[in-house]
Amino acid sequence: MTDAPASPTDSARSDATRSDPARSGSAGSPRDAVVLGGNRLPFARSGGAYAGVSEQDMLTAALDGLVARFGLQGAQLGEVAGGAVLKLAGDLNLTRECVLGTPLDARTPAIDMSKACATGLETVMHVSNRIRLGQIDVGVACGVDSASDAPIEVSVRLRRLLHRLSRARTPMQRAKTLAALRPGDLAPLPPRNAEPRTGMSMGEHQAITTSQWGITREAQDELALASHRSLAAAYQAGLLDDLVTGYRGLGRDENLRPDSSMEKLAKLKPVFGTSNPAVAEPTMTAGNSTPLSDGASSVLVSSREWAAEHGHAPLARIVDTRVAAVDYVHGDEGLLMAPAYAVPALLDAHGLTLDDLDLIEIHEAFASTVLTTLAAWESEEFGRERLGRDGAFGTVDRSRLNIAGSSLAAGHPFAATGGRIIATLAKLLHARAREKGAVQRGLVSVCAAGGQGTVVLLESDGE
Amino acid sequence: MTDAYTRFTRSALGRPLVKRTGLPNPPRLPRHADRPQPVLDPVVVLGGSPGADEVAALLLDWGADVRRRFEETSTVGSVVVVLDDLAKPADLGTIVLPLAGAMRSLLPGSRVVTISRPPTGEDLARDAARGGVEGFVRTLGHEMRKGGTANGIQVADGVPLTAPGVVSTLRFLLSARSAFVDGQIVGVASEDGTLPEDWERPLAGRTALVTGAARGIGAAISRTLAGLGAELVLLDVPASGSELSAVANDLRATPLQLDVTSPQAGDRVIAFLRERGIVLDVLVLNAGITRDKMFANMTPDRWDAVIAVNISSQIALAEALLSTDQSAVGPDLRVVSLASTSGIAGNRGQANYATSKAGVMAFVAALSHRLGERGTANAVAPGFIETDMTAKIPPLQREVARRANSLQQGGLPLDVAETIGFLASPGAGGVRGQTVRVCGQNLVGR
Repeated sequence: MTDAPASPTDSARSDATRSDPARSGSAGSPRDAVVLGGNRLPFARSGGAYAGVSEQDMLTAALDGLVARFGLQGAQLGEVAGGAVLKLAGDLNLTRECVLGTPLDARTPAIDMSKACATGLETVMHVSNRIRLGQIDVGVACGVDSASDAPIEVSVRLRRLLHRLSRARTPMQRAKTLAALRPGDLAPLPPRNAEPRTGMSMGEHQAITTSQWGITREAQDELALASHRSLAAAYQAGLLDDLVTGYRGLGRDENLRPDSSMEKLAKLKPVFGTSNPAVAEPTMTAGNSTPLSDGASSVLVSSREWAAEHGHAPLARIVDTRVAAVDYVHGDEGLLMAPAYAVPALLDAHGLTLDDLDLIEIHEAFASTVLTTLAAWESEEFGRERLGRDGAFGTVDRSRLNIAGSSLAAGHPFAATGGRIIATLAKLLHARAREKGAVQRGLVSVCAAGGQGTVVLLESDGE
Repeated sequence: MTDAYTRFTRSALGRPLVKRTGLPNPPRLPRHADRPQPVLDPVVVLGGSPGADEVAALLLDWGADVRRRFEETSTVGSVVVVLDDLAKPADLGTIVLPLAGAMRSLLPGSRVVTISRPPTGEDLARDAARGGVEGFVRTLGHEMRKGGTANGIQVADGVPLTAPGVVSTLRFLLSARSAFVDGQIVGVASEDGTLPEDWERPLAGRTALVTGAARGIGAAISRTLAGLGAELVLLDVPASGSELSAVANDLRATPLQLDVTSPQAGDRVIAFLRERGIVLDVLVLNAGITRDKMFANMTPDRWDAVIAVNISSQIALAEALLSTDQSAVGPDLRVVSLASTSGIAGNRGQANYATSKAGVMAFVAALSHRLGERGTANAVAPGFIETDMTAKIPPLQREVARRANSLQQGGLPLDVAETIGFLASPGAGGVRGQTVRVCGQNLVGR
């Protein structure tokens, strides 16, 4: 999954890695995979502008916009990897069905993938790996989620009974089967927002972690406010002009509150950890937690050769990834803390430290997810006991963190978040590399249900 | 696309009823797809001047069945009345009167086009004769039947009738592309322009930017320009992004999401074009909105929004594109802007809209002057066009508006688009600062 570093020269801050011939595809070494750009829909709040719109429609629209932006009409791509976290059983081939609905060549293959909130990043890495191994030259990574159209299932008893009914041969057998039906069996099962092994929602889990790390309400509200202001400023500056395609009358993210303030955020009541004895003072509100959202995103990834052939400037190289998981079930670690482990592993592998990163994107599942991760990295104890280092991992320069806003402002349609971050970061890195005339590195960190995390390293030379 | 009443007039029940009662009987209007030939044969060229001979030769060159007298033919498809040599009003009768006897022989969808010179203020009798042509053309527009139209070309003194501007305008007016243009006079001011190698694709190799391209008339303009061979950059607001992508994907065009009223709009367009190495040959300023209210109830937000989108944004974009070092714009630019018959005659409840659209007409005249050798600017003023926007007008009001023209029906977005395609073509270089109405000769206004 990764290209472990060969030597310390890999860590050189200069562009030495690029000039290394082993990198450019010869001698069996992987070639580069580069992000060319992306397209997403403005994210809507659950029950908002996209209520009643299917995931297939949303993902198709996101892909249509990407096709239009990059002139891919009629193009046969190597593969389109996509996914949805909340997915209807009938949508088993969701991505392929979407591809067939776009102007792409119908012979473009597709794959559906799933890893909770990290789905988007994993599709990017899947396509990137295919390209690096020379299996394909160009592909699209994408994701979609609709909390408004989440699947509702029937009870286990009703499902088994219906299957039995279909197997019944005689009227007598059918009557007997139906006689077993109880009124309670008919109640539909709404989607579960809880970890199956603990019965606790993600917010409840995070409330414990937040409390353990002593993250204050004020710090969380400040981060949320910064997210809204930064995203509003990014729209204002035109950063999202070629990253977002309006949909159903929505031109910007529905959740974005450019006029939010500390006073307004302070008025909100805590919603997580309110009845948990492990949480002394609940601090997590609707303002500093991401709302349920609807939306879709896509990223165009290719080899350098394909990009050159088609006249597209590579925005950033996909350098490497690490995945991690934590044992949240037995209380060893907080549910959303896996990236706190994956990032050090990734940076160590490349001989980098947090200071070597020019931009850092930490997905704002909750404001406190970001803050507990930062706190863990700053902690001597965590560094020694959890990461096995000499001391603290390091401090993130806050001026490099989520500089164009993140999920608290934009919203978080689960599988669409990875694509949103990758495309945005690639564009930001490219612009900065151009401006500074030096290679810029960026990190993406996304936590996911099940105590998992995926982190990705990008790099841009601005060419 | 025909409206319910028109369908009724063509039904077994409606046809005799409409005939007997004298109710409006909207004719079928053949479009380019129905009649691709540039000239509906036979074509009779009237007039005895050298210019008339040149026009007859030109039509022959196009493969038309050209006659110089009505006596030779029992039916007539087109009539070109060449009046470039008038000295006094009495000269008119000699040339035009033969047409009177042939009016009933005109085929459905026929065309009458006059070619004359504009009054100059130099000679009383000559000016009166030249000015008289306008009244003649507009009256024929009203009297033509079965979807026929009458229009005129006014060629500035010194400009030969073989100039590209005259030739392109004549071809457009004779063709079915001008189906909903009626009773109009188009001026040709200079010899500028280059005729296309392929009349079906006059925009081949040229790049056009269309604003407001996601839907309605803007989408139709985009489709038509693409059909005429243009490469396209399609612009619309971010909220219409997906509709814009759909049109762009259909036409293999480049979408550009942008609010034209934003202060950075011009800079962003230029940056976008530069980044992609696109040089514009055609700029279609179509983005527009309505916020109708009787003036007594007019509010600043309704007024300001309409002025900002419909006219201020056009000025800003044109200024930005023209003030750059030309790298974003080609050497012979065609700007076509969207005006409206409301801007000509005014319209109840549209004080803001009519103001903005009348502003557009004056703006293109000024812009054309400013462009000089670097190109032309013209406007198209649609009358009642069948769009989502007009579908929202209350039924009775809509029905009245739809019938209040010589062709007794609403036009199609395609009709507006075809006229823009003509004005955007390299051949139309002599047509400058004009507003061409696409209104089926609306009964109000000029």
